[in-house]
Amino acid sequence: MADSYEASASGADTRVAEFEQTRRSPLGHLQHLLHNYPTLVPIFILLLSVAVFAVVTDGRLLSGLAIKITLEQTAIVGILACAQTLIILTAGIDLSVGAVMVLSYVAMGHMAVTYGWPPSISIMAGLFLAMAIGAVNGLLVTRIKLPPFIVTLGMWQIVLATVFLYTGSQSIRSQDIDAAAPLLKLFGERVEIGDWSLRIMGAPTIYAVVLMLGLFVLFWYVLNHTAWGRQVYAVGDDIEAAELAGVQTKRVLLSVYIVAGFIVGIAAWAAIGRVGSISPSSFAEANLDSIAAVVIGGTSLFGGRGTIMGTLFGALTVGVFATGLKLAGANPQWVLFASGCLIILAVALDQWIRRISV
Amino acid sequence: MKTTFTSAALALLATTGTAFAAGHEGATACLITKTDINPFFVKMREGAAAKAEELGMELQAYAGQVDGDHEAQVDAIETCIAAGAKGILITASDTKAIVEPLRRARDAGILVIALDTPLEPIDGADATFATDNFEAGRLIGAWAAATLGDEAANAKIGMLDLNESQPSVGVLRDQGFLTGFGIDVKDPSRWGDEDDPRIIGNEVTAGNEEGGRTAMENLLLQDPEINVVYTINEPAAAGAYEALRAMGRDGDVLIVSVDGGCPGVQNVADGVIGATSQQYPLLMASLGIEAIAEFAANGTVPEPSEGLDFFNTGVNLVTDAPADGVESISVEEGLERCWG
Repeated sequence: MADSYEASASGADTRVAEFEQTRRSPLGHLQHLLHNYPTLVPIFILLLSVAVFAVVTDGRLLSGLAIKITLEQTAIVGILACAQTLIILTAGIDLSVGAVMVLSYVAMGHMAVTYGWPPSISIMAGLFLAMAIGAVNGLLVTRIKLPPFIVTLGMWQIVLATVFLYTGSQSIRSQDIDAAAPLLKLFGERVEIGDWSLRIMGAPTIYAVVLMLGLFVLFWYVLNHTAWGRQVYAVGDDIEAAELAGVQTKRVLLSVYIVAGFIVGIAAWAAIGRVGSISPSSFAEANLDSIAAVVIGGTSLFGGRGTIMGTLFGALTVGVFATGLKLAGANPQWVLFASGCLIILAVALDQWIRRISV
Repeated sequence: MKTTFTSAALALLATTGTAFAAGHEGATACLITKTDINPFFVKMREGAAAKAEELGMELQAYAGQVDGDHEAQVDAIETCIAAGAKGILITASDTKAIVEPLRRARDAGILVIALDTPLEPIDGADATFATDNFEAGRLIGAWAAATLGDEAANAKIGMLDLNESQPSVGVLRDQGFLTGFGIDVKDPSRWGDEDDPRIIGNEVTAGNEEGGRTAMENLLLQDPEINVVYTINEPAAAGAYEALRAMGRDGDVLIVSVDGGCPGVQNVADGVIGATSQQYPLLMASLGIEAIAEFAANGTVPEPSEGLDFFNTGVNLVTDAPADGVESISVEEGLERCWG
């Protein structure tokens, strides 16, 4: 008697609430696949561009020298793109990365060469300067609540003007750096330990390439396997939800700008080695190049979605296009043309993946 | 070259010297440059300011933010007209589009002198004070050919140009170099249409170290045996040298350049650059200010150099390895007269 009303429940539907399963089209499957594994698109585009240019250039693209040069030419923009990825993941954008890098290496160079400070102190000071500017950007975004686009647009111009007012656009020569502070050019040195040297199919490469790859691996780990990394994604995906979940969103945002500043400072050190001299007029478009690498790498400009490895593949894709088109004897303007097409394609793809139905 | 330059300068100085005590005191002169971020224009501004102070004139200096900032230059011209300036010295960003705004200035009785960059057409200005960029190129081309001797016939030449839009300064230097080297330039109004097999390729550098290095790497990828490199300016040359050094090719490649900035001449001393053609922005601007003073005093308009449609402010080849048949000055003298 006591359980008779329980018995009547046995005839009820035992299924729990569930989503309605509709049949997906092949395109729908692809959409889901890309949604779950966003790095697939940039990998595919990179492999495709390597394959196409390998054929077009009769295999010359795959020579050790061509690969080495592509990697070295990609290294500095690649490192900047690493910083840019962190910022874009928080739904921000940083137009000042290139200019801050130039200011940072100009500061390192003048302290070490012109004023004769110890090179290690000069490098630390340059790094600190880049982080300080990152902190100012971050404070303006989090405390005054200005849009990152406006903050970094302003900072870009301020920093650019400062560089030119301070240097009068005058370079510090490679030979003067060699004499006063060779440590500044560390990342331009070949990777050699004793008799062993790091070679790409016979072509010796420089520390800047190793640095770029190392930074990407490091930040892949940080973004995916640390609390801070997950918070960066959370803040970018939905800042209010993150706040409600107990994430200190302002603090996370500010820290992202400071960490990005640190990476930009590292890029500055590497750029001295890569270019050879302290050149205030170089890297005028590095900010846009870094954004292009991030976007082609599949990171969403709306924040919260994308992978740091995608950025690496995006930067390498632009590098492969640049080397491939030049080896094929095309006008350099086609590199710009192709990069523009890739950007629009990548953002269109991102929109399509965002519109996922289930 | 040096003699032509000196005598021309002296001739102008003689006419402007002390003859005009009155008439220009307190007159306003305008200097409008492409940007303030290039040491070349910074030096130009210094030269103009010093001369204006010496003559008791007022100098108003304007510059665009970046090379190609045409609107800022138009605004500056309008400001100068409103300020009642006697003369405008201008390095135009857009040499065609600027002619119309400048015509309004000339209609208002202002003397317009194009500095460094000729307008299109060149008579859009009352006078042009400029470096003969074709001659600057020809000197380094002739020097490279003479230095190589018989090997010039087998040279492998890399051309590091400014940018794809082929501004006239880049074209003149490039085509001058090829002419001096003894190569048929085809159409002299553009680079890259030559078919001499000795030219391995043209790459663009944006005139800075990073661009120079990247461009040189790309050329070496096309032919690792390049042994002569023309560069649009000395920062690009410094970048090219780094690329060559990274591949162990420094020392056996002849790099030539144009400008004569102090770091560039120092690079000639250090063997990075073989020879460079030096130009004189400070002189260009100070001569311009004197011409405005002269015009304010008695209405004289400056005349172009003989055989040219502009006033040649001079160019000298700077090298410590002089070649037969090519006049040059020593690095020591180049350092004394360098700018920036």
